[in-house]
Amino acid sequence: MKQVRRRRVRRALEEQCFLWLMRLSLLGAVGVLGMIVGVICWRGVGALSWEMVSSLPEGGFYLGREGGILNALVGSLYLACGATVLALCLAVPVVFYLHTYASKGRLRHSVRLALDILWGIPSIVYGAFGFAWMVSLGVRASLLAGILTLALVVLPILARTLDEVVEMTPVLLRESTLALGATRLEWMGVLLRQSLPGLLTAILLAFGRGIGDAASVLFTAGYTDNLPDSLLRPVASLPLAVFFLLGTPFPEVQARAYAAALILTAIVLGVSTFAHLSLARLGRYVIR
Amino acid sequence: MVVVGVAAALLLRSLPLLSTFSLFELWGGQVWQPMRGLFGYAPFVAGSLWVTAVAMAVAVVPAVFSGIYLAEYVSERGRGLLKPLLDLLVGIPSVVYGLWGILFVVPLVRDWIGPWAEQTVGDGLPFWGRTSPSGYGLLSAGLVLGIMVFPLIVAVTEEVMRSVPREMREALLSLGATRWETTKCSVRCVGLPGILAAVVLGFSRAFGETLAVMMTVGNVAQFPSTIFDPVYPLPALIANNYGEMMSVPLYEAALMHAALLLLGVVVVFNVGARLVIERLVRRIR
Repeated sequence: MKQVRRRRVRRALEEQCFLWLMRLSLLGAVGVLGMIVGVICWRGVGALSWEMVSSLPEGGFYLGREGGILNALVGSLYLACGATVLALCLAVPVVFYLHTYASKGRLRHSVRLALDILWGIPSIVYGAFGFAWMVSLGVRASLLAGILTLALVVLPILARTLDEVVEMTPVLLRESTLALGATRLEWMGVLLRQSLPGLLTAILLAFGRGIGDAASVLFTAGYTDNLPDSLLRPVASLPLAVFFLLGTPFPEVQARAYAAALILTAIVLGVSTFAHLSLARLGRYVIR
Repeated sequence: MVVVGVAAALLLRSLPLLSTFSLFELWGGQVWQPMRGLFGYAPFVAGSLWVTAVAMAVAVVPAVFSGIYLAEYVSERGRGLLKPLLDLLVGIPSVVYGLWGILFVVPLVRDWIGPWAEQTVGDGLPFWGRTSPSGYGLLSAGLVLGIMVFPLIVAVTEEVMRSVPREMREALLSLGATRWETTKCSVRCVGLPGILAAVVLGFSRAFGETLAVMMTVGNVAQFPSTIFDPVYPLPALIANNYGEMMSVPLYEAALMHAALLLLGVVVVFNVGARLVIERLVRRIR
């Protein structure tokens, strides 16, 4: 009897032990997230000013004189928007084809596998790939090359998220639509309307990832102090602005890097939060 | 198809290098001096492996625990709260991680962990004798990288654990097992390959991470002798040298070959892990 009780105590103890270990590790992760945001805010807020976000870098900007990072801000928006739109043009047809015309099974599996692998490729490899193309075509670093490379980075994220969302549509909806005599194309229309909130989420997530990616645009988009005025000119981007400003030896310039990082983090976290909220909000208008 | 395209383009650009040196010379070479035409990848590959290993040592256990916890213990509501938080962790740009590394992790390693290791364990443990006073090095980069791959491992572990059939869990519970015993059993019988796959995915993500590592690792091409030593991983090599690579013969080809190497490792790992996961999930269903 005593032995049984002792064993029961030991089992309960083991349970509690591991439960707290698991809670602790999860808590640690959330804590680190808070700490990252906290550290960036705390160091960045000091150097943040209206001038930072509204003016171009002037002559001695990298030595600590006046100017801002408007070039990087606008450049990043151009790059991320362009890449997202381009990836969207590719991802939407692929995903919707897979879910309407393609037969279940092999094709869908292999496309998914391919997308997962593409997702796993480091962005620096995409950068090198884009650069290899640029060299063989004889083009210089430009907005266009940056957008094309970034689109490759963003495409798997967009397509895979969209795929997951479309997958969630109930089978009954498909069957009743087709039973009413709708063609496959009309079913695609229903599917599109059904997955619009998810599409928005996927776009936002892809945009957030695109705007934060530095390694792929490092080679292909270059860097400049001017606003981008043509597709064939180099363009600045926020992550690279952070990186380059941090590389200078002056503390006041480094403080600007903190501020730029704060702006970047705010954009990314804002977009990500908005994506989740919009899915929860708009998801109510979807048939489940 | 795109994968093949990327690989082909990189291979094409690195051909001039491959026609000059044999693979053995390249991968086993210890010296990297482009000016003299010496391209040895060994220190960089070793650097990449070391940084990734440290990151995995930091991340794997807590991440797997968190994934299991999310799948087995947390209610639907709690999961709805926690998952977006982890997604935020995924979304933070790598340059911001790097900045956080410089502002927080590097001073931590320099002022706390380093002196502490020197005073207490020091030479008693292998790899802990302190040599680098700057704080930039393996440990800092590994810590930052560990945080970066954490959410990925959590997500995959959770997905795998949730695919364990409910009946099995119920049968175990009805036999009088505690929840942790149930979890243990379902990990051992079903989830283990999936969790391994999650770890491999995390490994390949960490292997290719560029900016955050580059900012914290110190960038010295050497074989590390302690965990505080700076090293020079492959992605940092590519990113740091793109500016000057046009001026030196074969330099560009060498960097493209480095990218190809990176691609090869990552793709092989990814394919393996994904196939394991897919098979597992399908078999259970």
